[in-house]
Amino acid sequence: MSKILMKGNEAIGEGAVRAGCRYFFGYPITPQSELTHFLAKRLPEVGGLYMQAESEVASINMVYGASCAGARVMTSSSGPGISLMQEGLSYLAGAELPSVVVNLMRGGPGLGNIAPSQADYFQATKGGGHGDYHLIVLAPNSVQELLDMTQTAFDLADKYRNPVMIMADGVMGQMMEPVELADQLEIKQVAKPWATTGTDYHEGRNLINSCYVIPEQMEDLNNRLEKKYADITRNEQQCEGYLLEDAEIVLVAFGMASRICRAVVEKARAGGIPAGLIRPITLWPFPMEFVSKVADKAKIFLAVELNMGQMMEDVKLAASGRAPVYHYGRLGGMIPDVREVLREVEKLYRGGVGQ
Amino acid sequence: MKKGSRPASLKDVPFHYCPGCTHGIAHRLVTEVIDELDIRGKTIGIAPVGCSVFTMDYFDFDMIQGSHGRGPAVATGLKRALPDRVVFTYQGDGDLAAIGTGEFVHAAVRGEKITCIFINNAVYGMTGGQMAPTTLVGQMTKTTPFGRDKDINGFPIKVCEMLAPLEGSAYLARVAVHNPKSIIKAKKAIRRAFEVQMQGLGFSLIEILSTCPTNWGLSPVKAVQWLEENMVPYFPLGEYKTPAGVI
Amino acid sequence: MIKITFREERCKGCQLCTTVCPKGIVVMAGRTNEMGYHPATVTQQEKCTGCGLCALMCPDMVIEVEREAKAV
Repeated sequence: MSKILMKGNEAIGEGAVRAGCRYFFGYPITPQSELTHFLAKRLPEVGGLYMQAESEVASINMVYGASCAGARVMTSSSGPGISLMQEGLSYLAGAELPSVVVNLMRGGPGLGNIAPSQADYFQATKGGGHGDYHLIVLAPNSVQELLDMTQTAFDLADKYRNPVMIMADGVMGQMMEPVELADQLEIKQVAKPWATTGTDYHEGRNLINSCYVIPEQMEDLNNRLEKKYADITRNEQQCEGYLLEDAEIVLVAFGMASRICRAVVEKARAGGIPAGLIRPITLWPFPMEFVSKVADKAKIFLAVELNMGQMMEDVKLAASGRAPVYHYGRLGGMIPDVREVLREVEKLYRGGVGQ
Repeated sequence: MKKGSRPASLKDVPFHYCPGCTHGIAHRLVTEVIDELDIRGKTIGIAPVGCSVFTMDYFDFDMIQGSHGRGPAVATGLKRALPDRVVFTYQGDGDLAAIGTGEFVHAAVRGEKITCIFINNAVYGMTGGQMAPTTLVGQMTKTTPFGRDKDINGFPIKVCEMLAPLEGSAYLARVAVHNPKSIIKAKKAIRRAFEVQMQGLGFSLIEILSTCPTNWGLSPVKAVQWLEENMVPYFPLGEYKTPAGVI
Repeated sequence: MIKITFREERCKGCQLCTTVCPKGIVVMAGRTNEMGYHPATVTQQEKCTGCGLCALMCPDMVIEVEREAKAV
């Protein structure tokens, strides 16, 4: 084990390499470019391939092809590029191909800007592409987690034969933090007897497909996917609670926003407000069970996001009317500071449970 | 000696294609070549979106169904991960030459060691006879009911001519399957394309002029005549590039 | 001896085979197959030269032409 200083973008890249990913297909877009710069150098060192595609549409389909070969493969992009990948993500989900996609979110809609945002929550967790499907969506909040969760992402992708998205933003990509690097990492490569590697290389004939003209057969696939998503929902919900024991006002925030909210909770407590924090780590499956339990005791929820209130809807579903759910967000690439969120907490607490 | 026997790489199931549709001939030629080169066990095909999406049910080796037009990108990812396999796409003119324009051009630019079998029948088949990028000027389709108007729709795309100057393309040929002589030539070109891929020489593409009697509104016999009289003059047959250079 | 066989149930009656036969002996039958098409057939098999053009032209692999070794 060694401790080194690492940039978020490098941590994602190194995490991928340590997970046994040897293929990366991508198209340049800010603010994820540094990740591609890192992998363009790093992958050849381990006998891998970094390929710059002609578009995000091509990238995601190259990912599709390499995944058909049974390889661990990744792409990364940001807002507009991820939008272009949506058809491909739907195909990956439909054909049940393991793959990892990184979205370093930026301000939008449209071209927007390159500043940090969390406005792609709906797109990532509620579909994005066409048809009934889900991505597994992970939301790390530190450089260490960017490294570790990228590795987890590959394991989850293989375990469930499903695309996995890592959601972060440009600030996290740029951020430098000390990271613990395991000396020797075990790569959990799983057998992929379904891969289309040629009939000389496996039993029978393999077909990778998401086209079922006969509705009964399509429904069979949908039912199988539905069962898989239920398994994932049961097994993989992850979140972190902070000072929730006696919390009356509970902040809910992921990624970048959760780092700010941790400081808000501490400051609120110093000022006599019993605040706590829930940090969803998996955005899909959303940690419904955990939030629901907290809703038994909490008096107010405040979702803090870098968007107009997207995850807030999932918090409302989890709270199921037992506690009011408010939202505080900054938009357009703005990051809320601790003081402004604290003011919101004070306002809600005094106007609500505090009186 | 038997003529017309089924290649081992072609499943013994009826094609869903309309009467006289020459997809069946193209399927047979591709699978005959795969059998003759003895590469069935290491070949992976990529089916398009369109009438020939069902190649995945006909070709008896590993198959992938990809999204519309992206076959060459899927083939790129697959071949890069499995460089010793034989990888080909089977695409129609809508799939390859309209929505997939970026993908096949850049696969050729990179010199991907893959083969594209490109069926040019000048019309969208599966969706019901709309204008294709290869529809001839004046040709009537469901979306050009007065004939393709060059001022609105421009001119038909010439794929082989377009790719020939690219350094990454190694073998390009335009063939047809509307008469026995052309069919024999077509098979030779398909074989050459696969050989070029196996020799690692670069990107190969075979454009096959085909008929679509249903959407052309012609009998199968009239359709092969229409192809000869209208398509061949605009899309000249022959090799456009060999590993030795542009022809 | 030349043997020409038609897998009638697969024939879609497109007639392409009839246009390429140099002897003009491949014709459409008056009967219909299960799909409702008039299938291709051969009238005067003794005139068949075994060139196989009909099989080459058939999009549905209906026709097989076999040239059997001559008995001595």
